[in-house]
Amino acid sequence: MSVIEHADDLPAWAALAVSFFLVVGAGLTLIGTIGFARLPSFYERIHAPTLGTSWGTGGIVMASMIFFTVLATRPVVHEILIGIFVTVTTPVTLMLLARAALHRDRAEGNPEVPAEAPLTREAEGQPAAGE
Amino acid sequence: MSHTILAWSVTIAQVFLAIAMALAALRMFRGPRAQDRVLALDTLYVNSMLLLMVFGMRTGRVIYFEASLVIGMLGFVATVALAKFLMRGEVIE
Amino acid sequence: MLPYPLLSASLVIMWLALNGFTLGHLILGCIVSVFASWGMAALRPVKPHLPKWYLLPKLIGIVLYDILRSNLAVASILITGGRRKHKSGFITVPLDLENPTALAVLAVVITSTPGTAWLEYNSLSKTVLIHVLDLVDEAEWQVLIKTRYEALLMEIFK
Repeated sequence: MSVIEHADDLPAWAALAVSFFLVVGAGLTLIGTIGFARLPSFYERIHAPTLGTSWGTGGIVMASMIFFTVLATRPVVHEILIGIFVTVTTPVTLMLLARAALHRDRAEGNPEVPAEAPLTREAEGQPAAGE
Repeated sequence: MSHTILAWSVTIAQVFLAIAMALAALRMFRGPRAQDRVLALDTLYVNSMLLLMVFGMRTGRVIYFEASLVIGMLGFVATVALAKFLMRGEVIE
Repeated sequence: MLPYPLLSASLVIMWLALNGFTLGHLILGCIVSVFASWGMAALRPVKPHLPKWYLLPKLIGIVLYDILRSNLAVASILITGGRRKHKSGFITVPLDLENPTALAVLAVVITSTPGTAWLEYNSLSKTVLIHVLDLVDEAEWQVLIKTRYEALLMEIFK
């Protein structure tokens, strides 16, 4: 086990805080992915990765921000960008995937999925408000 | 002392994220349906972003963070395109 | 020339922060931001009207706290997995929100909270289909979403 050389100037409290956030972030991501591998149906599985993309990413971004701010080697722009990027994009991909899955399940007549709400067929000609 | 803890926790985080990537890859192979595989690919992308960030902290080089941003951007576009394909490509409307 | 001055300015600042401050990068960043704001103008997005923008930090605080709490809840469900049986299911929530931007914010909030996923909004019946991982009581979830998020969003996007 080699100690990280470029972090020799890091004070003890910062090292402990960085360690805490790193392990919590990575641990939450791992728990989410374990759930992703174990849960039985697609709609349950769609909840599991959000653990990694909310506070999993948050923890690691926080650890990295403390690390590089205390060491003062570089400004922490990338971490903030990565955090914002993951927070904004994950809901979009999950919603699109969920809609695609609903669409496919309904097209196959899967009984476990709620039926399409009435009146949407007539609504196609009208402007949709929230899509 | 605290630096030993830091070194260990960086290693632990790397191992956790590597296991998480392996589990996501497992789900991608097992499926059972196309949407599960796409969701697994998306999880794999996010986990690899996080792993690259931990690598960046270990080496102290900024290039890992840039690689992480690029992976995130490509992963987002790929997942959106695949989800669109699932919605329009296979099911006859 | 600059239809979105705030967007252009933040793009230039981000460009300089990522690449380091030199004259060349300043010029390049300005060119990129001008073209990006033209591209944004070509999309013709609806400009959201926020009369009560000062309530946004409150919303962000509530959402961050809820995400932290549901992270722990979902993590405990996933760890105890087989032993404690959880029941997941679909719920339908009627909404009074109509502003598209507010609906988009609500969708992002609900999806990024572990344990709930926004599936589909029906603009005609004004209901949304949500999947909940640990569903105990449907009415409880409806009240939670309506009082905790929707009321605040209605106030922000009047």
